[in-house]
Amino acid sequence: MAAPRIIVVGGGLAGLSAVIKIAEAGGTVDLFSIVPVKRSHSVCAQGGINAAKDLKGEGDSVLKHFDDTVYGGDFLANQTPVKNMTAQGPAIVDLLDRMGVPFNRTPEGLLDFRRFGGTLYQRTAFAGATTGQQLLYALDEQVRRHESEGKVTKYEGWEFLSAVLDANGACRGICAMDLRTMETRTFPADAIIICTGGNGAIFGKSTNSVVCTGSAQSALYQQGAYYANGEFIQVHPTAIPGEDKLRLMSESARGEGGRVWVPRDKNDKRLARSIPEADRWYFLEEWYPKYGNLVPRDVATRAIFKVVYEHGMGIDGQPMVYLDLTHLPKERLHKLEGILEIYEKFVGDDPREVPMKIFPGMHYTMGGLWVDFEQQTNIPGVFAAGEADYSIHGANRLGANSLLSCIYGGFVAGPNSLAYAKSLAAQPGDGGHAAELQRQKEKNNGLLASTGTENPFKLWRELGETMTKHATIIRYNSGLDEADAKIVELLGRYKHINLSDKSQWANTSFAFTRQLENMLELGRVIVQGARLRDESRGAHFKPDFPERNDEKFLKTTKASFADKAPKFEFEEVDTSLIVPRARNYAASA
Amino acid sequence: MAAKTIKVEIKRQSGPDGAATVEKFEIPYRPNMNITSLLGEIACDPVTVEGKATTPITYDSNCLEEICGSCAMLINGKAKMACSALVDKLNGDGSGTITLAPLSKFPVVRDLSVDRSVLFQNLKAVKAWVPIDGTYDLGSGPRQFPQLQEELYPLSNCISCTICMEVCPQFNDSTNFVGAATIAQVKLFNNNPTGAVLKAERLRALAGDGGVQECGFAQNCVEACPKQLPLTEAISDVSRDVMFQQVKDFFVR
Repeated sequence: MAAPRIIVVGGGLAGLSAVIKIAEAGGTVDLFSIVPVKRSHSVCAQGGINAAKDLKGEGDSVLKHFDDTVYGGDFLANQTPVKNMTAQGPAIVDLLDRMGVPFNRTPEGLLDFRRFGGTLYQRTAFAGATTGQQLLYALDEQVRRHESEGKVTKYEGWEFLSAVLDANGACRGICAMDLRTMETRTFPADAIIICTGGNGAIFGKSTNSVVCTGSAQSALYQQGAYYANGEFIQVHPTAIPGEDKLRLMSESARGEGGRVWVPRDKNDKRLARSIPEADRWYFLEEWYPKYGNLVPRDVATRAIFKVVYEHGMGIDGQPMVYLDLTHLPKERLHKLEGILEIYEKFVGDDPREVPMKIFPGMHYTMGGLWVDFEQQTNIPGVFAAGEADYSIHGANRLGANSLLSCIYGGFVAGPNSLAYAKSLAAQPGDGGHAAELQRQKEKNNGLLASTGTENPFKLWRELGETMTKHATIIRYNSGLDEADAKIVELLGRYKHINLSDKSQWANTSFAFTRQLENMLELGRVIVQGARLRDESRGAHFKPDFPERNDEKFLKTTKASFADKAPKFEFEEVDTSLIVPRARNYAASA
Repeated sequence: MAAKTIKVEIKRQSGPDGAATVEKFEIPYRPNMNITSLLGEIACDPVTVEGKATTPITYDSNCLEEICGSCAMLINGKAKMACSALVDKLNGDGSGTITLAPLSKFPVVRDLSVDRSVLFQNLKAVKAWVPIDGTYDLGSGPRQFPQLQEELYPLSNCISCTICMEVCPQFNDSTNFVGAATIAQVKLFNNNPTGAVLKAERLRALAGDGGVQECGFAQNCVEACPKQLPLTEAISDVSRDVMFQQVKDFFVR
């Protein structure tokens, strides 16, 4: 039998981690990515990566990291993979260190650690405030090394369209489109790993990169994969509102001592820095004395939302609060240079001198493709890892756990895909290649022949507006119904799309229009999943159902695509190790 | 009074062999726009100032916060990242016209999108990586003083935007110069305690035609780099190391 051939889709941290493990084990990998992998969205991660190495003498441990993660996720995560991930944290950070990641150091030459949200320990290793960039580069360099040795073939500038499934429903490859020549073709593989990240584009403006559309996950869901916990969307408390996107302002700003406040008097017109301490309301510190500014993201986000919309205390009546670093000593600010520069460049104020103005923004999807504990979806031969899968983070992700979960997921999916491929029987017939290619070409031809009047980018704006309005921080069933009806309307209008560009060369709007349909279908999964879950848990908050309801909803939501709409079922959560308890960050120490 | 608009002239090209044309657009003004949001507006309503229906502009972008390195282009003739190029700053009183064109030293793919894969090829040629034994658990890495981290971290901030290559007078077909970005990565990995094992190989790769000696010290790179990498310092350090390596190789041979 020929050597197993694995396809990895997506070249962020999860994808590159999987590639490295497969290449190291002697497998050959085809790596597909829309952008050159070094430009993947992992590059945007800022604050750091968690690992309970306990180098600060605080008595931190893997079990505490495990408990913080499960508690932070409001007990919705299956506990076994979380335990495995936290146990591997220290070894993963050591490995990254060996790969040359320029982590910050202590005077003794050891790795430095900072505190992040949802924990009381300094557990986050960091490289300035550009940790994701540094981690991505380290893995990119290792993959380049394997590439130069012939173990990895990169297909950069190719977009995944669908999986190729054989007559028994097992995966036999992928169908992809070359974004330059617009050639659509299939590629054979014994197993594939989907590492295509998040879906921020469904919300229009988010902290995500342009490629984070969730299109690949949606395509697989429409081919029969379960999409789990789609309704759990993390809204990051501190983003910089912008014209084209919401730019992340890392939690590390608060990890290094940044404080969130608004003037006590909503009519206070003084410059922020001239407002004395007594006239400032540090509402997070007041409401959450133990965790202070470092409560988990869902908690901080709702607090900011409450201050702005219930108390009417936003700065100058605008939906904004201060994130203040101006009191920090130079050494601490120096560790944040990367994010301070972003604020300075895009806003024009120096955050060392002027408190930043921030507001929550859509940031991360806890939900994703359903996978088992081996990272395999319910489609045989389709594995998933990273933000694209639903495991690990439950109802809310803790800061600096995403980089760890990406690498962990890739490290599990890589070897498991190889083991699966080795025991795979020969494919029946052509494995479904011809039929899948035909199906995708028909989709392409349909779009090119469309003579309607709808502009895809305008439809996308409407989708983003309705999703942001109804399916982010606060959710009402009436609003969710409205959002679903709106998406159905948009799907109808999508049939009358007007492609102003029908050329067959580097046609970015054509590729975008294909993604848009997948965004719309996945939008329904998010909205309807939220509609069904009549409770509040982690990032999912319904004022009409303000309490967590374990009896009815300590369950994984699983959506499948049936009759062109999401169909839902619920699955028990693995709570075999930690008994679920009330989640209350307001309790004092 | 007519609503305020932003005037943009964009150099377009349908493919690598197509003829270049210029299209003019007028976009409704909003405060705090950047070049990428301007291009997004055109995609929503792709009509030129003459009222002619056209196609959305093809350009590379991803993170929109100047960390992925995708959206480098010529903005008012200068190589810049489109995401961090703010219209209010470029346009002053709003009476001027903003011009956009693709980087000039790389093959055009379409419109403002160019092929910059040469940089990734160069990084392969100089083995810009740390050759670890494997990804299994081998314990922590070598201890490093904070001073070394302070020296290496800025070099590791290179976003591969290729602006340093675009603005370099020596980066052209006749010299085959690798450009500042690659040389900076050689310094980065040669100074990594483990990466140093490949130091001689990297220096030899930069010794020949197109290597570090092609640098003419115009210093355009260090001025244009959006991430303020210490490029000229890296070039002079690496060039000294290459020279030592050549002398050493001469006597060993």
